[in-house]
Amino acid sequence: MLTNTDLLALDGKPGDFTVKVRQRPRYIDADACTACGLCTQYCPKHHLDPYNEGLSLTRPIHIDYAQAVPATYYIDPSSCLYLQHETCQICVPVCQSHAINFEQQPEELELNVGAVILSPGFGKISEETLKKFSYGKHPDIVTSVEFERMTTASGPFLGEVKCFSDGRHPGRIAFIQCVGSRDLGCDNGYCSSVCCMYAIKEAMVAREHDPEVEITIFYMDIRTQGKEFDKARQRAESIGIRFVRAKVGDITPWRNQLQLTYSTFAGTHEFEPFDMVVLSVGLESPRDASGISDITGIELNKYNFAKSDTFNPLTTNREGVVVAGAFQGPKDIPESVTQASAAAGLAAGLLKKQRGQGIVHKDYPQEKSDTDEPRIGVFVCHCGINISSVVDVHKVENSVENMEGVVYHTDSLYSCSQDAVETLKKTIIEHNLNRVVIAACSPRTHEPLFQETLKDAGLNPCLVEMVNIRDQCSWVHAGEPEAATDKSQDLVRMAVAKARKLKPLPEQTVPVTERALIIGGGIAGMIVALSLADQGYESVLLEKGKTLGGNLGLLNHTLSSNETATHLKKLVVRVKKNKKIDVLTQAEIVHSSGFIGNFSSVVAAGTGKTKKEHTVDHGVIVLATGGHAHRPDGYLLEESSRVITQQELEKRLAGRAKNRAPDSVIMIQCAGSRGDDLKYCSKICCNHAVKNALQIKKINPDSQVIVLYRDMRTYGYAEDSYREARLKGVVFIPYDLEQKPQVYEKGRRLHVQFFDSLMQEEMDMTPDLVALSVGIVPDGTEDLSKLLKAPLTDDKFFLEAHVKLRPVELPVDGVYVCGLAHGPKPLDETIAQAQAAAAKAAIPLVKGSVSVDPIVSSVDEETCIGCSLCVNLCPFGAIEMIKVGKRRKARTISASCKACGICASHCPTFAISMGGFTNEQITSQIEAFGRATEKETAEV
Amino acid sequence: MGKGMEHRAGSVMVVGGGIAGVQAALDLTELGYYVYLVEKAAVVGGVMAQLDKTFPTNDCSL
Repeated sequence: MLTNTDLLALDGKPGDFTVKVRQRPRYIDADACTACGLCTQYCPKHHLDPYNEGLSLTRPIHIDYAQAVPATYYIDPSSCLYLQHETCQICVPVCQSHAINFEQQPEELELNVGAVILSPGFGKISEETLKKFSYGKHPDIVTSVEFERMTTASGPFLGEVKCFSDGRHPGRIAFIQCVGSRDLGCDNGYCSSVCCMYAIKEAMVAREHDPEVEITIFYMDIRTQGKEFDKARQRAESIGIRFVRAKVGDITPWRNQLQLTYSTFAGTHEFEPFDMVVLSVGLESPRDASGISDITGIELNKYNFAKSDTFNPLTTNREGVVVAGAFQGPKDIPESVTQASAAAGLAAGLLKKQRGQGIVHKDYPQEKSDTDEPRIGVFVCHCGINISSVVDVHKVENSVENMEGVVYHTDSLYSCSQDAVETLKKTIIEHNLNRVVIAACSPRTHEPLFQETLKDAGLNPCLVEMVNIRDQCSWVHAGEPEAATDKSQDLVRMAVAKARKLKPLPEQTVPVTERALIIGGGIAGMIVALSLADQGYESVLLEKGKTLGGNLGLLNHTLSSNETATHLKKLVVRVKKNKKIDVLTQAEIVHSSGFIGNFSSVVAAGTGKTKKEHTVDHGVIVLATGGHAHRPDGYLLEESSRVITQQELEKRLAGRAKNRAPDSVIMIQCAGSRGDDLKYCSKICCNHAVKNALQIKKINPDSQVIVLYRDMRTYGYAEDSYREARLKGVVFIPYDLEQKPQVYEKGRRLHVQFFDSLMQEEMDMTPDLVALSVGIVPDGTEDLSKLLKAPLTDDKFFLEAHVKLRPVELPVDGVYVCGLAHGPKPLDETIAQAQAAAAKAAIPLVKGSVSVDPIVSSVDEETCIGCSLCVNLCPFGAIEMIKVGKRRKARTISASCKACGICASHCPTFAISMGGFTNEQITSQIEAFGRATEKETAEV
Repeated sequence: MGKGMEHRAGSVMVVGGGIAGVQAALDLTELGYYVYLVEKAAVVGGVMAQLDKTFPTNDCSL
């Protein structure tokens, strides 16, 4: 990890690039700094904190935030008194670990790399654009990023929202959308795709902080097109956040408030006072985009983001250089994470031969056998002043003095600092400790570190017991230091009791079958198969239809590419020719069992006499089952030949029929979506409508095309096409769900009745053709969900393991998802997601084995009565019944076990115990607690 | 890290240590590659570290 580092030059070719970088000095030795914070306290100079958007002051010598990585302070040379004026240096003697070093100089490094991933993020909207919205003229006009810092509980105002002008709590807040987006005035013609969602989020968070605050969001279209995003908008509306479709013309100070002038779509002008105005700023290309382009030689698009195309969304014109994240185009976190994994996969495919050569393997000393009597060491942490300002750490430490088994105890300022960890290791060896109790913070964050230390010292990692005297004592009982100290002593005594009973648990590894099973032969499935093949792995690709291609075969062109068919053809050929891909058509999965690394599935392929069942052993499963167009009722779709879907219209427009682009066409968006039959937004239909409208205008420029919509969600660069359609005379008229357009036939004419919200009148038109923008429903997810025990969302799409951080993994280990099975999305996003799923699926295959967390359940065969209650209760399918002699017994499949403990708590004969949490261990803890209580009662 | 030429076969450079860069770097190490993560600021994390909560679930995601 090279921070404070600039890229200077990139030469060479894929597999062998030479990179020049320059690392600017931190002026602090990273290895010596303990992040104690003393230097910041002593530094006399103020410095606007850029991390808090300048809303607070810090010092030139500082750390951005407590959890920062690397956890090392640094000096900002722009305001340091010594670096600017050669005075001061007060920090140097203050630092007890002598970490400050003003002698540090910039260092140039040359690195040899095989591939480059560019993920420089996005830039800020310029001050000039913000000025158009009176930013800077009044202190109560803030950007959404400033507002975000304001609402953050750990931010400069501890989450308190107040007006900068006089410190009052704002009673009324206005959000203005599309600041620096969808605006040719600042050359940002695109939609930034994320502002609608973050505005809704910030509005809801502000309401949490102050339930009285009234919030209005002024918007053109609410673009909550992502998975489950519409639900967030509904939640916001249900708690009273007001959405007003209007263009804000002016913001002027008025008394102690801000007066907003806005014009609604119905043509009225309104004035309304607010206490605070938040500008929802868009994402701009990174400020140094052209510099990056000059250095790396990659091309940019007209908005200065990296140039990309639909079929290869992440590759650039320079081979070996790929892009990911907002630099590829404005996008949200889940999509950035998806692209990041995809980019990693692409780089891995490029460097297949060199895989594993650069990895540093860590060796551990031989684990000591556990035969001796317990020798427990107790380490109590001050956590700076986090614990010791409330809890009497020395009293807690001394309380263990005469406890059975305790041979060593000490305290430490920061148990987790690098030097303290090293001391811990030495102490374990020196005093021959075989059990360790650490009274500090949360095991959720720090247990892995101490387990690692035990391994380094030759002990089994399961022989450490952590006590959380920070969260559970000093934090929650901050006002009662004595009680907090008593409780700490109780908890430590209990942990010591448990430590005496701790047993080493073996770390298990299970070998992996290096093959993937991919379900679905559409674009997503094919991309997964090809990416895995590029990385050197075999796959079996199942397609339920007769041919590969899926929905892509139904498309003629996309908004940015005319070569859909050629691409598809090439792709199918590549898949069929690839020796690592085994394609089975008319195939379905019948049965699947096993766990990550070791699945076994039965697949039925072919029809009639040629139907055959195959058994496939595989290590991972990728679900790319796709979806199909929904056919809603109530729009005469099945009854009238003049009512068709956008997909059918696209096909018709691509044909040769004379009247393929008739003189009047009405398109109805969200037909059957967003609360109609389907509850969700299908993300692609707005683009599809714009694409077809443009095509009609191309064939028949005089055609009257009317698009009835609720919100036009042409996010990202598709906004350009939306603008083009308007310029070419396509008419866009918004409607509400309460006033849906009615389609009916009278005599031989087809009628569409709707309320024209622009003219404010009821309309009844007789178009030649009605095109419905219908939603997407997933294919066969319910059956697969049961088969694989993989959960679905309410809308029947697969539910990912973590919406933002693990967007292509399912909660079941070894199962991945991409494409429409995950949620409706356009082609480029599907391709990137498929590449990401392939990269993630390759991880267990690369490792060759899966290691199992030692804390799993285990069944004592002697006591098990074979009732199979646990098998039915286990939510992960991690317990199976086996025959031992003539009796049925339960057995844990360790690799699938998530250690939830449901089985152990329900077993009628206590035959199941959880590693690290055995009945014996927990009972001894309770007894240890009870002993003191008895003593106290006796004293009273 | 020493001065001068670093040579490791099969390494990848990631430019930018925001959420995308960090995720790419983590995935690459899991896929068996050595990664140089180059970040111009003094800390990694990028803009996401400035965020309080994230949509659509409004949790902190840290």
